[in-house]
Amino acid sequence: MSGLRDFLAMGGYAAYVWPAYAVFFLVLAADWLAPALRRRRLLRELRGRIARQEARERRGTDASTSLPPAT
Amino acid sequence: MSTWIPLWLHRLGSPPTFYAFAGRLRPWAIGLALLLGIVALYGGLVLAPPDRYQGDDYRIIFIHVPSAWMSLFIYAVMGVASFVALVWRIKLAEVVAMESAPVGAAFTFITLATGSLWGERMWGTWWTWDARLTSELVLLFLYLGVIGLYHAFEDRRQGARAAGFLAIVGVVNVPIVHFSVKWWNTLHQGSTVNLFGQSHIAGDMLWPLLTMMLATKCYYVASLCGRARADLLALEGGKDWVRRIAAGEAR
Repeated sequence: MSGLRDFLAMGGYAAYVWPAYAVFFLVLAADWLAPALRRRRLLRELRGRIARQEARERRGTDASTSLPPAT
Repeated sequence: MSTWIPLWLHRLGSPPTFYAFAGRLRPWAIGLALLLGIVALYGGLVLAPPDRYQGDDYRIIFIHVPSAWMSLFIYAVMGVASFVALVWRIKLAEVVAMESAPVGAAFTFITLATGSLWGERMWGTWWTWDARLTSELVLLFLYLGVIGLYHAFEDRRQGARAAGFLAIVGVVNVPIVHFSVKWWNTLHQGSTVNLFGQSHIAGDMLWPLLTMMLATKCYYVASLCGRARADLLALEGGKDWVRRIAAGEAR
């Protein structure tokens, strides 16, 4: 186990080397997740828009007979 | 349109085709990035010996330098794509330019943060107004300016055009960052790795560095594919092909 401990100690520079690697991975992970979340949100909004549009069209055809004629 | 451009390139420029192409490319690019990244980390953190003067602290180089290369490389891609977008009004070029900016900003931030951690021990300071550090900070502000300008417009294509201008003007900073260590007497060291000459680094430190460079390039391709796909969905929200995708993922 002393091999692993030595490795983690980084010759006394652990407080500098590991935070640097943490920044690297955290920033890239955030960069990777951002478009996935955006894509999910976009598609959800789009499905809502399509559903509303279809509902409007259905209502439109049902109500068309009872509407007063356009003047 | 001129005939010397191959037909498949025309087709690739159409949003639904590029959406499908990017979707197929992305898993391969991220897979290769992870594979190369793991190999590079093993080589850099485990196999490479400690530096004679800096001990193990120099191991920050394996992420600092590839990130710095990417910060300039992505800016150059963004500049070229912006130019193509402004001259030929190709929608896909706008998407590539504007979606490259956040990835470039991420790599620039990593460069500055890891450099700061490295400098604290080796130079005794987190920050100094050295030519290399200052020009890299300007690069970060240029990226943030492009992102901000793009989002400041109601009309996305108008925003992309304005931000594209800023990106092109900012290209002048790329050679300044690159040559800053030559033109000025800087605290930051000169180039360690030279493509066309003698590199001042031992082979067992050089190969993890170059492998990590390839890994970050692959990562950029993968990230850009994901971002461009999301952006194309937003831009083409009213079109049939996007509606089919939205309906297909309903469940």
